[in-house]
Amino acid sequence: MTIATRTQPQIITTALFLSPALSVLAAFFFVPVLSSFLLSFTDFDIYALGNLEYLRFVGLKNYESLLNDPLFWKALQNTFFFVFVGGPLSVLFSLSTALLLNAKLAPWRGLFRLIYFAPVVTTLVAVAVVWRYLYHPRFGLLNSLLGLFGLSPIDWLGDPTWAMPAIILLAIWKNFGYNMLIFIAGLQNIPDELYEAARIDGAGALMQFWNITLPQLAPTSLFVGLTTMIGYFQLFAEPYVMTQGGPMNSTLSIVLLMYQHGFRWWSIGYAASIAFVLFAMIFIVSLVQVKLQKGMQES
Amino acid sequence: MRKNAAKIVLITVSTILALLTATPLVWMALASVMPTGQASSFPIRLLPDAVTLEHYATLFDRLHIGRYFLNSLMVSISITLISLFVNSLAGYAFAKFRFGGRDKLFRMLLAALVIPAQVTMLPLFLMLNTMGLVNTYLGVIIPGIASIFGIFVIRQFALSIPDSLIEAARIDGAGDLRIYFTLILPLCRPILVTLAIFTFMGTWNDFLWPLIVMTDDSMYTLPVALASLAGEHVQDTELMMAGSVMTVLPVLVLFMALQRYYVRGIMMGSVKG
Amino acid sequence: MFWRRHLKWSNDKSLCGWIVGFVIGVSAIAGCEASNEGVTTLTFWAMGSEGENVQKLIPRFESEHPGITVRVQQIPWTAAHEKLLTAFAGNSLPDLFQLGNTWIPEFSFLNAIAPLDPFLGESTTIQPQSYFDGVWETNVIDSTVYGIPWYVDTRLLFYRKDILAAVGFQRPPTTWNELKEVSRRITKTSASRKRYAIFLPTNEWQPAVVFGLEVGSPLLKENNTRGDFSGESFARAFRFLRSFYEEDLSPTSWMDVQNVYQAFAEGYIAMYITGPWQIGEFRRRLPSNVRDKWMTAPLPASEPGRLGYSVAGGSSLVISRTSPRQTEAWKLIQFLSRPDVQMEFFRLMGNLPARLEAWDDPLLKEDPYLQAFFRQLEYVTATPKIPEWEQIAFAKVIEHVERAANVQIADEEILHMLDRDVDRILEKRRWMMQRMLTEREQ
Repeated sequence: MTIATRTQPQIITTALFLSPALSVLAAFFFVPVLSSFLLSFTDFDIYALGNLEYLRFVGLKNYESLLNDPLFWKALQNTFFFVFVGGPLSVLFSLSTALLLNAKLAPWRGLFRLIYFAPVVTTLVAVAVVWRYLYHPRFGLLNSLLGLFGLSPIDWLGDPTWAMPAIILLAIWKNFGYNMLIFIAGLQNIPDELYEAARIDGAGALMQFWNITLPQLAPTSLFVGLTTMIGYFQLFAEPYVMTQGGPMNSTLSIVLLMYQHGFRWWSIGYAASIAFVLFAMIFIVSLVQVKLQKGMQES
Repeated sequence: MRKNAAKIVLITVSTILALLTATPLVWMALASVMPTGQASSFPIRLLPDAVTLEHYATLFDRLHIGRYFLNSLMVSISITLISLFVNSLAGYAFAKFRFGGRDKLFRMLLAALVIPAQVTMLPLFLMLNTMGLVNTYLGVIIPGIASIFGIFVIRQFALSIPDSLIEAARIDGAGDLRIYFTLILPLCRPILVTLAIFTFMGTWNDFLWPLIVMTDDSMYTLPVALASLAGEHVQDTELMMAGSVMTVLPVLVLFMALQRYYVRGIMMGSVKG
Repeated sequence: MFWRRHLKWSNDKSLCGWIVGFVIGVSAIAGCEASNEGVTTLTFWAMGSEGENVQKLIPRFESEHPGITVRVQQIPWTAAHEKLLTAFAGNSLPDLFQLGNTWIPEFSFLNAIAPLDPFLGESTTIQPQSYFDGVWETNVIDSTVYGIPWYVDTRLLFYRKDILAAVGFQRPPTTWNELKEVSRRITKTSASRKRYAIFLPTNEWQPAVVFGLEVGSPLLKENNTRGDFSGESFARAFRFLRSFYEEDLSPTSWMDVQNVYQAFAEGYIAMYITGPWQIGEFRRRLPSNVRDKWMTAPLPASEPGRLGYSVAGGSSLVISRTSPRQTEAWKLIQFLSRPDVQMEFFRLMGNLPARLEAWDDPLLKEDPYLQAFFRQLEYVTATPKIPEWEQIAFAKVIEHVERAANVQIADEEILHMLDRDVDRILEKRRWMMQRMLTEREQ
């Protein structure tokens, strides 16, 4: 220990090791975050891009117009739907498949795991393109599958009520393998003794699941649930590729709205205020996560 | 008896699920070799009448997919290599160097993980624009060369390296840089491989930032090019499927080859809280 | 030195070296650009396949003008607007470039492009009267010319002759009433299977705007600082458009017709309002059994006795205001505007020539599909000449047309909401107009 203290690297060495990462983070992450915050109080747009004389400081006006913009509310509503319906569904599906794969009876678990996981590593844009064709009302595979069961075809991406569910379905398919692996790890961490003790007490499979598996998985579920939500708040590529936010803005997400205002119409100030609304939402969910995790550790 | 019944149910359910999961990818591959028009005809055919590679030929000859492929490769490899170096320097320092405010600084960085990247994009674009980096490889690479998550993962791993090892090297007269290159990096190899795969795949699949920065189509990465083609070639189902195969295949193959490391990375990520 | 046991790094060195070499190699290929001394090098940006095809015309220009070389850069249509604005902000616009004529107001307002009147005054080859009036007009902002039309574009009616004939129309509809009548008959006679009479895509702004222009709506009012969509004339056009969706004459979901060629071939749609580039696509993509069963026609009018108005589209050539090579750039514009070069360009990619003389060429004159375009181009109107038009059309007009097609809300309510949205977009413009007024007074 004493030697270590004496031979600790000099401050210059420390700076040498830290500065590449920290300076890049400062210049290309922290400074932009701050500037973005400042931008959200201006009306920076194409006019200002051409001539800074046309830049106005507008105070909270961007946020005010957001509140009065029906499109923003629509985007918020859609994003919430995706997060709070798609998120839990996605987690539930991951949990079910994890239980399926964790059953000791099942053979070829490695193979199944590989197949279930494959969509996770694929490129989102590419599979969104593929699914757009799967969803085709007349030539899509999905509707012919429905046809096998005697169900009438659905105009998945053309019908405002179905477009967001269609995107959720794609998201579940794309993501469930990831959380499934985490759940499997969580399941394997549950000590066998707990189950043995329960069996001795005469508990059936369902009771075991209810009284042991679920409570033991609670921390994992919390982690998985909240990180999934945070990821889902950032919905962008699926609607960008598949629907451009349509039909009737039913798949317009917050990030897509930000992209359109920022990089299509060059209302950069307004777009910055949208970005901060996104930040606020993610911040709140993260806060909940930290609080709950602390509470769990204490109990 | 009951055990066997349960087993059959399990296999059936798993198999059906596996079929459903694989279908989109299998259909993508099959449709990519169908003659034009066959993938969007009624009744639906799953197997191509005749296998053709014309769509792949079109992609290479007319739509410059080779170029996009190289762009993607260039950007992904650069970011992976540079970020591995930069993050491991910082991660190691945070784990093993003692300096005032270290833990405070590290906690601050961790807290910043909640800030979504989208927040930075608007000013970052304006910044890169004034620096003349819009529509350059550097413009895509720069924001990716340091990542808080990468620093975190390496620090956690480096913490497990015994101090005695480093001290022994120091007594031997090795300088800090030498220790880093000849001792720490080799020791961190497993985590570096894992992080490399994650970074590579993440960059390869990334869409929003390259979409914003690359304004010239000769600079597009594969996902951006694919999205742009998907707009102009909606009717050409088979062609788009071939493009999707070209985009997805490299990462799928990489994943199959390095599955072990990838899965380990997920586990590490999941215990970070 | 026991810690050296942990060294296993060296065997990876060759791999690292290979990767680094590769990265350097690719960047070298990407960054490599030829430099040339002693001659003036013009940079010229053109969009999409225009950029690809115009390169074939350049050698001729260069041989006629030794001392000038041209570097053409191709930029994709989808990113063209962003790309040009970024280049403008970064002061890196090329010497001359192609500009969609709805973008000219924006770039002239930003002071990005040069007024061309000084060049025009001396030019013998380029005269306003050699162009379609409506199209030339789009290049004039406050009586200053900023662009020279390169090729023209408008929207009109593509229709299936056989399907229209089957319901008693031997010729295409020429009035709104006829258009409605033929549409009703087509959908009525297809009791057996679902089909539509006309495809008015709800994800395009053109159908609504074209009908609006036809009845003479200015679209915007008060010096283009407020929306005039709830005004009487646009409301009439809107009602007409909406009735097609209400009566199920046009699909209300654009996803329904993902492959328009297939839908047209199957008779799933019998009419389609679209632009000239589709002529080539239709020729190439329609199966042989319907290949000679379609035709183009000018748009129907709201009142009998004339053609219906359509939108004045196309692309112009403009010169960057900051370019030090404006004289040379003008030479290239003059070259590309020559009737023979215009014809050559048409042969290369099928874009309709902006020069009237080129239309005397038998290739154009004897093409029945193109004749409708020639007639239509005499009846075109420009969309409002303000930078915000892009956003108004693409974001707001589409949004509200789509709603009108799918939701039961009163016309007035939708149009008021449209105006309100448009007014919000134009807030900055109102402020700037005000500011300019006060500056002028001082």
